[in-house]
Amino acid sequence: MTITSLAQNRFQQLKTLRALTIGLAIGFAAPVFADNLPDVQRLIKQGQYPQAMDKVDAYLSSRPKDAQGRFLKGLIYTEMNKPTEAIAIFTRLSEDYPELPEPYNNLAVLYAQQRQYDKARTALEMAIRTHPSYAIAYENLGDVYAKLASQAYDKALQLDSANAATQNKLALIRDLITTSGKANVKPAATVVTAPAAIAVPAPVAAAPVKPAVAPTASVVTTTPGAAAQPTPAPAPVPVPPKLVEAKPTPEPTPAPTAKVNAASDDVLKAVNAWANAWERKDMKAYLGAYAADFKTPKGMPRKEWEAERTKRIAGKGGKISVQVDGPEVTMNGDSATVKFRQHYKAPGLSSSASKTMLLVRSGNRWLIKEETAR
Amino acid sequence: MPSRKSLVLGLVFCLAGAPLVYRVFAPAVDDKLARSAATTGDERSSTASGLPGTVSDSGPETQLLGIFTAIEANRLGDALSLTEALLRQHPNYRLAHLIKGDLLLARARPIDSFGAASDAPADKVADLRAEAIVRLKAYRERPEDNFVPRYLLQMQPDQRFAVVVDTQRSRLYLYENDVANGGRPRFVADYYVTQGKLGSDKYVEGDKKTPIGVYHVTANLPRQNLADLYGSGAFPINYPNEWDRQRGRGGSGIWLHGTPSDTFARPPKASDGCVVLTNQDLDAIAKNLQVGLTPVIISPSVEWLSLDDWAKERDELNASIDNWRQDWESRDTDRYLKHYSPRFKAGGQDFAAFAAQKRQVNAGKEWIKVKTDNLSVFRNPGAEEVVVVTFDQNYSSSNLTNRMKKRQYWQRENGKWKIIYEGSA
Repeated sequence: MTITSLAQNRFQQLKTLRALTIGLAIGFAAPVFADNLPDVQRLIKQGQYPQAMDKVDAYLSSRPKDAQGRFLKGLIYTEMNKPTEAIAIFTRLSEDYPELPEPYNNLAVLYAQQRQYDKARTALEMAIRTHPSYAIAYENLGDVYAKLASQAYDKALQLDSANAATQNKLALIRDLITTSGKANVKPAATVVTAPAAIAVPAPVAAAPVKPAVAPTASVVTTTPGAAAQPTPAPAPVPVPPKLVEAKPTPEPTPAPTAKVNAASDDVLKAVNAWANAWERKDMKAYLGAYAADFKTPKGMPRKEWEAERTKRIAGKGGKISVQVDGPEVTMNGDSATVKFRQHYKAPGLSSSASKTMLLVRSGNRWLIKEETAR
Repeated sequence: MPSRKSLVLGLVFCLAGAPLVYRVFAPAVDDKLARSAATTGDERSSTASGLPGTVSDSGPETQLLGIFTAIEANRLGDALSLTEALLRQHPNYRLAHLIKGDLLLARARPIDSFGAASDAPADKVADLRAEAIVRLKAYRERPEDNFVPRYLLQMQPDQRFAVVVDTQRSRLYLYENDVANGGRPRFVADYYVTQGKLGSDKYVEGDKKTPIGVYHVTANLPRQNLADLYGSGAFPINYPNEWDRQRGRGGSGIWLHGTPSDTFARPPKASDGCVVLTNQDLDAIAKNLQVGLTPVIISPSVEWLSLDDWAKERDELNASIDNWRQDWESRDTDRYLKHYSPRFKAGGQDFAAFAAQKRQVNAGKEWIKVKTDNLSVFRNPGAEEVVVVTFDQNYSSSNLTNRMKKRQYWQRENGKWKIIYEGSA
């Protein structure tokens, strides 16, 4: 999932929240959860954000300093796509509880969504400074470094990768709180054990952790040394336990990606990026998603086909929505077949169709070679 | 996954090929790397001996060196903060952006090459790599003191500065005419430069090469009259000169100029033949350039002389020139003509025609006086031993007086300096 797409796909991604909301408050206070908070978590889980917000505000009215409540409020704002408010909350939280890595991490996720990678980097380095073995922050930091590197390369080589779907592995996680249940963050683990345990089922069920975690792990190993200079993090090369539930499949879609591996994950990213480009009417990215030898319909010349697509997409007034529903990926070496339901909505037209795409690997990208709809 | 150390090594080797690295890391690297390092080591020992004593620290070379030293020492965090500092100073510095990209990417995953961006255009990476190499080389190979470019044998008193360009090293050296010290060239500063896309030794229009020879600045074109490509200003030079034309060389519009606004520096080989400096460097030398006066000597590979050898060569030439002058005054035309090469050619005359004319003219003279003022002597770069001699000639005789600025090309033939071209300058 790319950073760009993150914004659009947030609703899917943030479903993870459920898993983590529990967590809260590792180290600090709140020995007794007010009854309200589990309700808030449940409401978030159900996507009832305004109601969740009412509850959490009520909760906070009597305990304005409460970290757990504020944290949840930040999550709700994030879910409601109000990054400014969310950033404000997490910023103040990190000021009041500088020892907590989670607010920093979430700040970083929000900054990264806004492409403010320098700020994201600073926030993650703070998270690691407070918790040198905070695996999620390492993974995120690796992604942010890669993104910053890509920006630097763009400037060095006058590339234009910002639009193209080249943002590979930038799957910034949406994991908002690492719970102590993950053995990662030590303090007061016992207190939270129970809720954590409740949380666990979800990720476990949904997360046949993608092998991509392996590369990710190696990313992390390289990071501490590097991070050691800017931050005085002791950095004892923590090999992060594979606890990052990388792709907690959102349940509404009947978990098609049951058997995910890194490659098919990349294929899915490519398809999602394609759909996103279509929605954004970003013709450069959209046409860039197709291989040079893409089989155009009826064998029409590429130029002609591009012109037609441009007219149909960029030339269309109003909002376009393209949803990739229930994708199934079949890998075959350097090619992959993806079948999905395509839900298309535009002013005056909405359609659903079964689509099959053949993608081929080109360098580190997957490009569409054939596209058929029924 | 390659070890962190090998990653760092790869970066440094690709880039710097520095002897220092070789010494430190050679046992750990594979044959190919060791070989390339050994090669650079050899190059160094054979070329470093004659370079000038001081290399200016004005450009980003100091910072680049700091960055690569930090990388060698595996202090990647330091390297990154130095790179970021360099970028604050020069936000359009593409090389620094590339290094920054590598240093950041190295945190995300192991990298094994310079410019490790996926889909990085190979030619652009190669350009930046070439820039890094020439800049570091120019900085690291600090030669001995008291060496001067062989070309600057004698500047005329009002030539305050001279420019010497070394195209292989992508370097421009600025020298001051140290009149108080007998006109000895005194090193002022040196700068990274860009030459023609296809190198040097220009021959025809459009060959995208930088000319080799002795030139001077002919104009000063201010920024407001120029396209952005030329950056902060431009100084045309007099290519093709008399000698170039005589040898059938063509083309025009060779300038020293600045850099377009979208980049801090251009690759070592990128122009259509011009010598390009960064804008800050062009501004720095601009105040020292005198239109019509400042020599610009472009060499494929600058030869350096110790001050002793330099003085010897200069004395020898000055003596030859003065003998020519005296022999002219003697009205003994045979003696006078001995200074001219049988291959002499000027103004449509070959040696025979020139000799016949001189005999005829001298026959009618009762006396001749020749004074040479404002003498300058510059050696022409290249394998042929040619010097360019320019002076104000004050000629008087029993039946004619005349003043002119004269330019001669002298070539050493069988150990003797002979005039192969002369004309008004």
